[in-house]
Amino acid sequence: MKYIDEYRDGDLAKGLASAIAREAKPDCRYHFMEFCGGHTHAIFRYGIQDLLPSNVRMIHGPGCPVCVLPMGRIDGAIHLAKQPGVILASYGDMLRVPGGGRESLLKAKALGADVRMIYSPSDAVALAKAHPDREVVFFAIGFETTTPPTALAIRQAHREGLSNFSVYCNHVLTPSAISSILEAPSVRDLGTVPLDGFIGPAHVSTVIGSQPYDYFAEEYRRPVVIAGFEPLDVLQAILMLIRQVNEGRFEVENEFTRAVTKEGNMKAKTLVAETFEMKRSFEWRGLGLVPYSALAIKRQWAQFDAEARFIVPEFKTEDHKACACGAILRGLKTPADCSLFATACTPEHPIGSCMVSAEGACAAYYTYGRQRRKS
Amino acid sequence: MCLAMPARVVEMRDDDQAVVELDGVRKEISVALIEAPRVGDYVIVHVGYALSRLDPEEAAKTLALFAEMQAAGAAA
Repeated sequence: MKYIDEYRDGDLAKGLASAIAREAKPDCRYHFMEFCGGHTHAIFRYGIQDLLPSNVRMIHGPGCPVCVLPMGRIDGAIHLAKQPGVILASYGDMLRVPGGGRESLLKAKALGADVRMIYSPSDAVALAKAHPDREVVFFAIGFETTTPPTALAIRQAHREGLSNFSVYCNHVLTPSAISSILEAPSVRDLGTVPLDGFIGPAHVSTVIGSQPYDYFAEEYRRPVVIAGFEPLDVLQAILMLIRQVNEGRFEVENEFTRAVTKEGNMKAKTLVAETFEMKRSFEWRGLGLVPYSALAIKRQWAQFDAEARFIVPEFKTEDHKACACGAILRGLKTPADCSLFATACTPEHPIGSCMVSAEGACAAYYTYGRQRRKS
Repeated sequence: MCLAMPARVVEMRDDDQAVVELDGVRKEISVALIEAPRVGDYVIVHVGYALSRLDPEEAAKTLALFAEMQAAGAAA
């Protein structure tokens, strides 16, 4: 497959790995966080950690939208699904995530709620068109990649005069999350997780561009390399980060130039700016309340805002006591450190969100790393 | 859910819709988010929408860089 296979070439991977081994100074330790679940998935799937010297450690960040959504918002979606006449449309990953009381959208569906799995927000609009006597609520989650499609779905519903379509908006912003990680007292004061650099998001950056990361490089003096999701992209990004650390530089570099520009996708960014506004703060699983880190639907589009059309109680739900998702999302623990991992919590019966989505650190580790660790 | 794939535009349709192909699989997607999409373009598809266009020249440059690294690695 063009633009995929050539970035998975084993011989080139060996070449990059030996370049990394040569350039990583033996007396230095390098801790790099990959923000995106897509990178986490690639690192586990292709065994990238095994190609790195022992002093280069990858820390898995909070860049999986399913993983960072707090249980209270899932309870909100379940509440909406149970309202009379409502069809709740959701991306597949969200259906199995347990909310409070271990209930999930899938369980709610089994108990009679009309929950539909969709692949695209336009499918939700099509549902509203096909069921004019029902209220279709789209459970919108995701980073900057899924936000422009949600904005287009709202425009489409408006254009087609649909009065039975609304969006339960849970869109979150990448740069705010990165700030939060860098400013967390546990990271800054205790120094529990030293971070020497970031691998910046691939697809998020196609939308927002590389420019928003300049702030981190300057303010926090950390290098950022934006990378594609294929294994060679990740290896090349690690090499670029090692070089920056060795040379004492902290710049934003772009490995994914085939799809990411400095300014990003202006058309998508304009559409998002015209449809959404910043929420003052939003709760993230593992990071707590993060200021200006999520989007709400602008007042002029309120007729499409599920939270303006329905009463959605604010559910305050605590995570399972033994679940380490919060610490894993901040890079403080690895999946294997969690007492529930691969025992009570598995991809078939997830307890925490990191096990639900394929891109979650626990699911990736379970699928690709678990047996290797035992052998 | 963030997995997105590069696919080739094989047909343009009305209302900012297009048909893309990936490894023999065809699917109708929206190209409303990108400027001037054309048949033959490679686009990154996510949740049924093209998010960006792939730049063939930049893709070739990245591959050349990998090859350079490999050669340097072999020489070391």
